[in-house]
Amino acid sequence: MSTRLRIGIDVGGTNTDAVVVDDGGNVLSSTKTATTPDPSDGIRIALEEVIADVDRAHITQAMLGTTHPANAIIRRRDLDPIGILRLAAPASLAIRPGMAWPKDLHDTVIGRAAILRGGFEYDGEEISPLDEDGVRAFARDCMGVVRAIALSSAFAPATTDHELRAAAIINEVTGGQIAVSMSHQVGSLGLLERENATILNASLFGVARRVVDGFQTALTSHGLDVESYLTQNDGTLMTAEEAVRLPILTVGSGPTNSMRGACALAGLSNALVIDVGGTSADVGILVDGFPRESAAAVEVGGVRTNFRMPDLISIGLGGGTVVTESGSTVIVGPDSVGYLVVTEALVSGGRTLTLSDIAVRSGRLTGFGDASLAAGISDATVTGALAWVDEQITVLCDRMKASRASMPLIAVGGGSHLVPEHVNGVAEVIRPAHYAVANAFGAAIAEASGAVDRVYRYEALGRDACLEEAKQMAVDAAVRAGADPEAVRITSVAEVPMSYLPGQGCRVQVKAAGPLKG
Amino acid sequence: MHLLEFERSVLSTSLELTQVETMRELTLDDLDDMVIGATLLGTGGGGDPYIARLMVRQAMERFGAIKIVDPSELDPDGLVLTTAVIGAPTVIIEKPPAGTEFVACVKALAAHLGKEPVALMPIEVGGMNTLIPLATAAEMGLPVIDADSMRRAFPQIEMTVFTLAGIPAAPMSVADEKGNVVVFQTINNQVAEKLARASVMQLGMANGISCYPMTVKQVSDHGIQGSMSYCVDLGKRLNAVKRGEEGAFEEFLRFSGGRKYFSGKVIDVDRRTTAGFARGTVVLEDLAESDRIMRVEIQNEFLIAFEDGKPVITTPDLICFLDYETADPITTETLAYGQRINVIGLPCAPEWHQPGMLELVGPKAFGYDVDFVSMGGVTA
Repeated sequence: MSTRLRIGIDVGGTNTDAVVVDDGGNVLSSTKTATTPDPSDGIRIALEEVIADVDRAHITQAMLGTTHPANAIIRRRDLDPIGILRLAAPASLAIRPGMAWPKDLHDTVIGRAAILRGGFEYDGEEISPLDEDGVRAFARDCMGVVRAIALSSAFAPATTDHELRAAAIINEVTGGQIAVSMSHQVGSLGLLERENATILNASLFGVARRVVDGFQTALTSHGLDVESYLTQNDGTLMTAEEAVRLPILTVGSGPTNSMRGACALAGLSNALVIDVGGTSADVGILVDGFPRESAAAVEVGGVRTNFRMPDLISIGLGGGTVVTESGSTVIVGPDSVGYLVVTEALVSGGRTLTLSDIAVRSGRLTGFGDASLAAGISDATVTGALAWVDEQITVLCDRMKASRASMPLIAVGGGSHLVPEHVNGVAEVIRPAHYAVANAFGAAIAEASGAVDRVYRYEALGRDACLEEAKQMAVDAAVRAGADPEAVRITSVAEVPMSYLPGQGCRVQVKAAGPLKG
Repeated sequence: MHLLEFERSVLSTSLELTQVETMRELTLDDLDDMVIGATLLGTGGGGDPYIARLMVRQAMERFGAIKIVDPSELDPDGLVLTTAVIGAPTVIIEKPPAGTEFVACVKALAAHLGKEPVALMPIEVGGMNTLIPLATAAEMGLPVIDADSMRRAFPQIEMTVFTLAGIPAAPMSVADEKGNVVVFQTINNQVAEKLARASVMQLGMANGISCYPMTVKQVSDHGIQGSMSYCVDLGKRLNAVKRGEEGAFEEFLRFSGGRKYFSGKVIDVDRRTTAGFARGTVVLEDLAESDRIMRVEIQNEFLIAFEDGKPVITTPDLICFLDYETADPITTETLAYGQRINVIGLPCAPEWHQPGMLELVGPKAFGYDVDFVSMGGVTA
């Protein structure tokens, strides 16, 4: 039997990484190239390098994690103008769509907006019947003005009828010329945040189409006739075609891939992960192989959304962090020379005392620059700076943990030499091989998934029956997304009781995931 | 957005022009300070003011500036009506207000009383209900009176200084966004609470309420004076702390009469929902001495803080959690293991200190067999 190989590619802000991984999770080849102004060029180059010495006939799947969509939002570039239709009136009229958006993004994206009658109550009754004539008029008004329409309705995560009906009407009126993004496919409870996410999603349709086309062209031009996937925020996969419809679900995939890749390289599924770069250190936590998600609302490009992104804590601690001596006290940061550490640090022949110099002088870092150039740093400065570093890392790890239990810490990133061998509250510090391409590895090992987020009233069916139904729906969704039915499993269950609601109202969130079939 | 920026400059000019008078106009800067002040006075609950803040911004765009007045500027016999959102926070985020439900309940109550209001008033300066009357007042062209009945958040309608003064919550009105309105009369404020909740369940769980109709004179005799200004001023000082300004934390404590009781890390959060209330317990460990423990009891809001088993801050005094690094107020929903927190006690408004306070809002009113420990130096 031949082994099946997967390609993982990660396009980051600075580097584009690629790996080829076999069924057993072994890295057969890896490469790191600079991210190019048109990221498709970088993808092509990385792909060419990484498959040069592997048998491409055995490659069956290719996974891409990319910052294209996130960059498009942050830089307000290549975003399509959008029509926004909210079905909730008379509810919600006190807050118009796009109310809290940054002006530049508002002007770029929002072409038309309306709030029409429709939407549902918490118990599934209509707020009012759908204003079908209004939807038709809005669709006609959008013709020639916008590229897509973002559709949202009150309680759509529980009751999808009005969104589906309105989408069908828009399709009919525009002859399919205006694409539609429906909020129940994009986000969870919280109408304004879900609407925002749906608007951003619709505005990324063009960007996503170009990314996917570029990716698939790169694959076919290398003779690779394989299934192609994109990684999403939660570390699982979407087919490339699905990613074209839901690009917003990929904007947080970078840190997720990095954390999942680091853990898989270390052979762990429960661990803390610290990624130390030139300027900052991010700490996150993996629970059963997936990053813990943040509880707070996440802003994307200055817009509040209700995405659950990896819960990360960042601080200004990196290889380029500047160290200053003031009398007998040592001050570390907040300034950093960032990636210029390769020329600015003392050991690189530069003139700035950085944490990398401290690491070289103390022996934590070897083989970087000329150690003799750091010989003049006083013992007191080294001790003071390292004490600060160790304290910061200890506190970060402690804040991230979910309990007092000791956990392993996986250290990755160019500045990970700063992480000491012993950290209080940490069982051991692990520095896995191939950590430089952890992101691409994380993409290559990603699984298919399905999720459910809805409100149940337990008194009707009982809690167990409700949870069972939600779990089955999540499993079915994962299988539809390509997971092997034999290996799919529930990865998380969260119940949030709803205060002030009559009866035992409870919001249930379930996720299932499994390796790709065949 | 253009309009907002334009208004900002106009409003700040008019603020200077009107400074000689007591009546003042709320600026967008005031609004930012009020939002963080309201979150703090929510003592961990009170609902996220985010939605209410967007409502106020839109109302300012559409209807113009919002005026804040003292009772002394109004006819003592004039009618004052309150308005607030009542319902489930989880429903309100999915079905944000129309705005009309607040106007409708105020108008219905006014019609029932046969008298037009001269001003609106918040019931609860703490959490999202601090801001709701502002948007309604802008739409109705009324001023907002600088007073309330809690100057913090409490979960029930009868938990007000007005109840202590014998002022009934009813007649009251509850309205939805579709045009449904109920007005009712009750024999006491506890029944009023029950009827309001029952109506809300039938009307979509996100409604406007107007209650405690009273005269301007009653507001000045029995209300908590200056609570809107207090909220803005408190928020201004907390924002200075957040910006890391020198001496800002000391000034924040001096202004509020507050005290830092504990700097600790969350080591346990236990949540449970009983009878519609989010109850729970959070345990903190001192950052320096790990054998020093603080336990805080939650019923929607933070209610009692125990240090090493002894109550140190008790309702109605306020227990506020501030993020140790950023000084952001922490709400009960976002509590998580490992958070580093400064626990601040703020004395409740002095108007609370009168006979009946402890029976209404003291620890025993919430089912805790604990004596009140006053921060204000006044024993009720």
